[in-house]
Formats: sequence, C-alpha cells, structure tokens
Amino acid sequence: MDKIKEFFKTFLLIELLKGMALTGRYMFARKITVQFPEEKTPQSFRFRGLHAQRRYANGEERCIGCKLCEAVCPALAIKIEVAERDDGTRRTTQYDIDLTKCIFCGFCEESCPVDAIVETRVFEYHGESREDLYYTKPMLLAVGAKHEAQIAKDRAADAKYR
Amino acid sequence: MINIEIDGKLVETAKGSTVMDAAHKAGVYIPHFCYHKKLSISANCRMCLVEVEKAPKPLPACATPAAEGMKVHTHSEMAAKAQKGVMEFLLINHPLDCPICDQGGECQLQDVAMGYGGGASRYTEEKRVVSPKQIGELISTNEMSRCIQCTRCVRFGQEIAGVMELGMANRSEFSQIMSFVNSSVDSELSGNMIDLCPVGALTSKPFRYTARSWELSRRKSVSPHDSLGSNLAVHVKDSKVLRVVPVENEQVNECWISDKDRFSYEGLNSAERLTRPMIKQDNKWIEVDWPAALEYVANGLSQITRSAGANQIAALATPTSTFEELYLLQKLMRAIGSDNVDYRLRQSDFSADGMRAGSPWLGMSVASLNSCDRFLVIGSFLRKDHPLIAQRIRQAVKSGAQFNFVHSSDDELLMAVANKEIVAPDQLVSVLEQILKALAIEKKVVAPVDVASTTTGRVAIDIAKNLASGKQVGIFLGNFAQQHPQAVRLAYLAEQIAILSTGKVGYFGEGANSVGAHLAGAVPFSGKHSGLNATAMLESPRKAYLLLNVEPELDMHNPQLAMRAMKSADMVVCLSAFKHQGLDYADVMLPIAPFTETSGTFINTEGRAQSFKGATKPLGEARPAWKVLRVLANVLDLPGFEFDSSESVRDEGLDLSSIAERLDNHLPLMKFSAVTPVLGMQRVADVPIYATDAVVRRATALQKTNDAAAPFVMITSVDMHKLGLQPGDAVKVTQGSACVELSVRQSEQLAAGTVRLAAGIAETAMLGAMFGTIELTTVHSTKQPEHARQVAGSNVERT
Repeated sequence: MDKIKEFFKTFLLIELLKGMALTGRYMFARKITVQFPEEKTPQSFRFRGLHAQRRYANGEERCIGCKLCEAVCPALAIKIEVAERDDGTRRTTQYDIDLTKCIFCGFCEESCPVDAIVETRVFEYHGESREDLYYTKPMLLAVGAKHEAQIAKDRAADAKYR
Repeated sequence: MINIEIDGKLVETAKGSTVMDAAHKAGVYIPHFCYHKKLSISANCRMCLVEVEKAPKPLPACATPAAEGMKVHTHSEMAAKAQKGVMEFLLINHPLDCPICDQGGECQLQDVAMGYGGGASRYTEEKRVVSPKQIGELISTNEMSRCIQCTRCVRFGQEIAGVMELGMANRSEFSQIMSFVNSSVDSELSGNMIDLCPVGALTSKPFRYTARSWELSRRKSVSPHDSLGSNLAVHVKDSKVLRVVPVENEQVNECWISDKDRFSYEGLNSAERLTRPMIKQDNKWIEVDWPAALEYVANGLSQITRSAGANQIAALATPTSTFEELYLLQKLMRAIGSDNVDYRLRQSDFSADGMRAGSPWLGMSVASLNSCDRFLVIGSFLRKDHPLIAQRIRQAVKSGAQFNFVHSSDDELLMAVANKEIVAPDQLVSVLEQILKALAIEKKVVAPVDVASTTTGRVAIDIAKNLASGKQVGIFLGNFAQQHPQAVRLAYLAEQIAILSTGKVGYFGEGANSVGAHLAGAVPFSGKHSGLNATAMLESPRKAYLLLNVEPELDMHNPQLAMRAMKSADMVVCLSAFKHQGLDYADVMLPIAPFTETSGTFINTEGRAQSFKGATKPLGEARPAWKVLRVLANVLDLPGFEFDSSESVRDEGLDLSSIAERLDNHLPLMKFSAVTPVLGMQRVADVPIYATDAVVRRATALQKTNDAAAPFVMITSVDMHKLGLQPGDAVKVTQGSACVELSVRQSEQLAAGTVRLAAGIAETAMLGAMFGTIELTTVHSTKQPEHARQVAGSNVERT
C-alpha cells in the first residue's frame, strides 16, 4: 500500500508543489530584512559589543587595575600592567584588549567591581588589519567617552536585575 | 598522652597541647587569624571558636587545653554560628577594597570569609579609618584600616625578632598597630611580618601593586646571601622575579627568612645588570658575541701560560657562587696547571691550609642549636651576619640556655647575654687563653696549651665557669674571628675550650657556599700541590686574574692591595652578573647568571647540600657560569669538561653521601709565636648586612634602610676626648696609601683604642685591610674633603 502511495506522490510532483507553496507564502509575507546601515535591529540593554573604559563624572578613570577581568577572560584577550600613580592610587599603565581574540562573553564586565570595563552596543566597528583591532587604553577610554550616556542608561536599566 | 575526639575522629595528643594542636594532628582545619604555631597564644581574634561537649559556650580552640575524653565539634550548628558571627564582626571595620589590595587572592581573611562568613553584611554605618603609618622602606602600612588586630606582628617582634618595634596603642575601636613615635621597623627579620599578617595591612613596599598573586609562578630556590641556605619560593612573572617568600623547612630556616633574602631580588632587576659579553680594546668597551669573548679569554690565558707559566694565572671566587661554578673554576685552573684559586676573600690567616682533614663547618646541625644550653660566640656581628642563626640562639636562650660573647664590638644582640668580654682585636687571643686557663683550673686538668703566664680576668673566669656547668656546649667562631689575622690561633684555642668543656666547636660560614667551596676544592691546597692563597696572589701580583662574582674593591680583605694587583695585571677576566668597578681595570666582562637564573647547589654551614633549578631564564645574553666555564675549558682544549647539565658537574665533584665525612674543624697540635700587640688605633671592620654580596648591594629598598646608611667612624668617648673630637666632626681616616674623610660618632660598645669602620662598601673601598692599624686625624678646614678624595686616588663612589 505504501509503495503505491509513494509511486503516485512521485508521479504527481506533490513535493515540488509543497516546496513552491512555501516559497509562494514568503513571497507575499511581511519582509523582515533590515536595510543596514539605514535601518538597525533593536538591541537589548545587555547587548555585548565593542568594549569601553568608563570614567567617573569628575573625569577620573574608573579602572583600578585589579586584573579580575584579565584573570576571568577565557580567551586571554586582556593584558594589564599596573603601577602606583603619583597620588598613591593604583592605576593601569597598560590596558589592552585584543578584539581578534575576544569572544564577547561579557565576563570582563561581569567581574569588574567598579563598572570600568563595559561592553557597549557598538558592533559595527572594523579594522583594515589585525593591529587595528588591538584596542589600547586610550582607545577604550575614547569609546567610553563617546558612548557614556548610552552606557550609563544601560547600566541603570540592568541594575535591578543584578 | 591524652585522647580527644574531634569531629568524630579520635586523636592522641600530648599533655598540655591545645585543641588546635590536636585538630592539626587529626587533619581538621579550624579557621583562625591570630593563632600561629611559632608564636605565643593570644586568642584575640575569636575565629577559632568550636563547640566542646559539656561546655555551655563555644571555646577558642587555640587557647583551650585538650583534656582527656573531650569531644569537639568544629562544624556543629553552635560552632558554625559562632564563626559566622565573629566573621561578621571582623568585617565591620575591614574595608572592602580587595580589588586594590596586594593581599587579594592570598588573603586569609578573604578565604575564611568565603568559607565561614555570611553572604552579605548587615552593617551600614561608618567604618573605622586608621591613618597610614611610615615604618620604613620595606613594609608598607598605607592601609592600616585593614588591620584586624590579631597582633601577630607585635608578637613576632617580641618573640622572634627579639625587639618590640610594633605595638598596639589605644583601646577598643581606637586601637591601632603602630611603631614608636618617629621610629621605623629596623629588625633584620621584619619582612616576616608581611607573611604573618593575615590581611593586607602590612604588605611589601617594593612589591606594591606590581602583580596579583595568581599571576605569579612559584619556583623553589635557595638563598645565596648567608650560610644558612634558607629555602625560598621565588615568585616570577614574565621571566622577572617580583617577590621572594620563605619555604618552610624546620631543619633550616623554619618558616622565616631574613630581609636580605626577601628583598635582595630587586638587585636582580637592577639597571646595572651585565647583559652582553664585553671586551676592552684601546681603552674602550665593545660588546661582542660569546664565541669572540671566550676566544679572546682563551688566547690571553694560553699566551700568558706560554710566556710566563701557568703559575702567573690566579682565580678568585666569592662563596656565593654555586658548587658547580666553583668546582669547574678550580678544575679549569688545575687543568691549565695553576693551583692559585681561592674563595676565602675576606680571610687573612691561611696558616692552617692543608692541616684540616676537611672543610670547616658549624660542628653540629642547625636544628641542634636549639638544644645547646651554653654558647660561646667569638668574634661575630651575629645578628647582622647570621640573622636566622641568631634567631635560633635567641630561642635557645629564652628557653634557658646561657650565652657568652667574646668580640670587639658590643652590638645589641636582642637576647640575654650571661657574660661578655669586649676587647680590641689583638686581645682576642689573650681572652681565649684566659678562658682556657680558667676552664682548666675549673675542670682540674692541665691546660693543653701553655697558658701559665696568662693572668685570668674576672669575665674569663665567669665564662669558663659558665661553660663548665653546661651539658651541651657550643663554641662558635663568627665571621670576624675567621677574618682575624690570628684566625687559626683563635680557632685552635676555641677547639681546646670546646674539648675541655665537652662541647663542640663550629664556624658560622661566611657565605652561602663556604663549605661547598671548600668541598669543591676552590682552595689553593690539594694533596701535594699548593698554590697561592687569596692574599698571597695579591701580594705577589699575577699576570692574569679570573674573577668569579668578585668585586675586588668590596669583597677582599685588603681592597687596596687587591686593586693594586688588578691594575698591574695584563689580563683581568670578570665573570659577573653586574657592571661594576671592574670596568676600570678588567679586560673582559662576561655576563653570568645570578642564583635565580642558573641551576646549582649550595652546601650550607651544617653541610646540607641543597640543589636548585633556575627560576627564570638568564637576562639578555647572560649565561650560567658553569656553562661559561665549561665552554671556556672546551675552547682551551682541556680534557674532562664534557658536561651537559649542572647535575653532572655536581655528581662528578661531590658524593652526596660522603659530605659528613669531609667536614672537619679539628686542628692538629700547633705552635704559635707570641702575639705582637698592634700599636696605635686598631680597625674593627664589619661588612654591613646589605653590603655582603653583589646582589644585595643593588637591592634598592634595602639600600634605603637604616642598616645601609652612610658609614661613620665610631670610637669611644675616651678616644674622642684624646683626639679632641666632637660627635659629628669630620675626621680623616688613613690606612696604607689612602685616606678618606668621614663623620665621627661616639660609641661605648667598643674597646678603647679601636675604630669601627665598615668594610665592603664604596665609601671605604680605597682603604686597606679589615684589621690592623688605622690612623685618625682631625680635619680643620672645610676644604679638606676634596683633597682627601684626590689622595685616595680612586673613584669608587657608585653612581
């Protein structure tokens, strides 16, 4: 009995028609393609994109060089050197993130006791060589300065779940 | 023995021991902060509260004596609740700055809080703030707010270091750990407080903020700085030594190390490190590669051998070199055909060469120092030369031993001294003869040496009586006695005193490898052959010198003589880890690896051979000295240098099982001529604690301590009056052909007619021998200093 059914299915091109029907349905369905960069998809406040280093409102950098992010980073993408600054505080002299290594797991911002290293909503950064994707402390601070308003808003939105 | 039960485990423990001891025995961990096995019990942190059946309240395990049939629960509801409560109290005032704390990651408070504390704090009020203190260059006390008042540091000072430099001031919430007003912590063991501190209140100043504990690789090593051979853990990050901490070895250093061992690592990272082989040509130093440098040395040595004979070549090595280096150095020298090799750079009496059956040593194990009940220490700056041996003797004295001291400087030893005789260096022999005579009378035997003409002084009689009443007597010769011009006579008398008092005679070795150097054969006498000793090879200058780790202007008994010999030599080859004064007179500088960068063996003063591996790779093009010497021998086409590891060098030179048979302090019956008294003022020279070897001399933090302060000329008030001087006056010190101008200080710790002036430092490097006459003249005009420096004629001040 099954064999007969099979024979007629093949003969009557039922699979083909089913496939065409699916294609046909999508032809008239609502389009969800986003016209990047004119259009962008909505993002969560927990979006994990390009890293940034933040400063306090008084301009002091937040990072205290505790190296927890360096320790927790599963891809070993972070490199930190620390020294005592003239005023006696503990500060980084080097804070590099190799974005070619980074897997954007967000552990660094999770581990940061002072919310200094964060991941922003920026994802469309690019570089023409690998070196361009090696972000140093001034670059990260610049990202932070540029997006501080958004970063602060996102932290505030997430605060109640922490 | 009593039986107690801890968490259901039955343990047998000694009577009088505590619940904490029993728990250790049972392998049960009880959280604690103030308890430390080497310190007295204070029971003030309350962290070790445990439940004891039939006791109404939880009891502190560290202060509760174990009793027969006691049942202890360390994890019961009552114990856990008590521990959690104590933890919450401790954290009330403890700042939550773990991310910037150097202790973070290796902090007892962090660990115990994780294991026994609650998840969150209920405390919302203000926290206590304690102002930072300034207690010196080694210990950072910037964050005293972190202190939990366990008083371990205070007890360490009182009980181990022998001096209370930190104490607890004020009461309750206002109590603070602080030093006395405006005084720093100067103990030579102070760094141990950093280890003892269970929180981050006392941290290492040189290490501050350089690394987190989890970034460091821990590698075992052995200290090259004193003859004890303390076991070290060298903490390394990116091939750079960032910290040194002790490794516990109850037989050697217990759980302590001296500050010299702990902070000397800064010298390893010094900018003065020599990183490429250099040759001097036309009075200019040029950097070359290794083959060229070794070819140059080999050519030079062969030429001198051919033209003037191998006897014109001499080698000097410091006893901080490893056994392998010293063995290859002497093997190389003997293969060339010269016996002129010596490591006893600061000694001056070599009349016992070849008379002993083995190497001079401590005469007993280090651990058995604790069980001696009578000590006689002759000629030693004990605390500064041997910080941890002094600590062991201090513990013995505390538990009832009696300490006798014969020396030329009455330094503070921080222990009870039963009898002491402080005399000028040329009187030391006489004092020992007096003791020997008194002892012979006390024991009713005939003195083995002719001491009939000696009149015994009161102190000598007291010392003799004291020694005669002892059961286990230790007679020890310190560095000063070994460097003394009559060192052999002192040693001989000391041995006779030991025999009469049925005790043992021993030497506190001068360097980390003094015994090892002797066993390696780095001495001019071997069998029938005998070459020139360290002094003789300078008195009759040789054409070529090989210097292994030696800085002649600082390491020699008579730097004036040494420099003259170096400057007149045709060829001076420096194997050194550092660029030093040798740049003036050397022809070749070969960069060698210091102890953290090479494998090797040190044999400590008790004859314990301790091998270690390199903790990091050598800096730049520096190479382990044993490799350099091996390749140099290969270039010279000498047979028997086919070694491929330091272990194979060690195994050829040393039979580990027979070390004990090769240690011998016995001197055969000797005849001595009468002592000729020294006319005029006599020099008493110590080598300051942070000037003993090349690495510590470049350790920046140690060089800023009070122990490394600029030297003073010290004389007694009587001599001060005689010379018409006031404390602080400038005085011209003349010895041999050079003079130097220094400030004078009054010291009542010296014998009249003696001048204490440190050796081994740049400021006095142009002067002569460590013993003998020294001339003091007053300086009137202020323009004199420049003149004085010109006369000195040698620019030894380091920049």
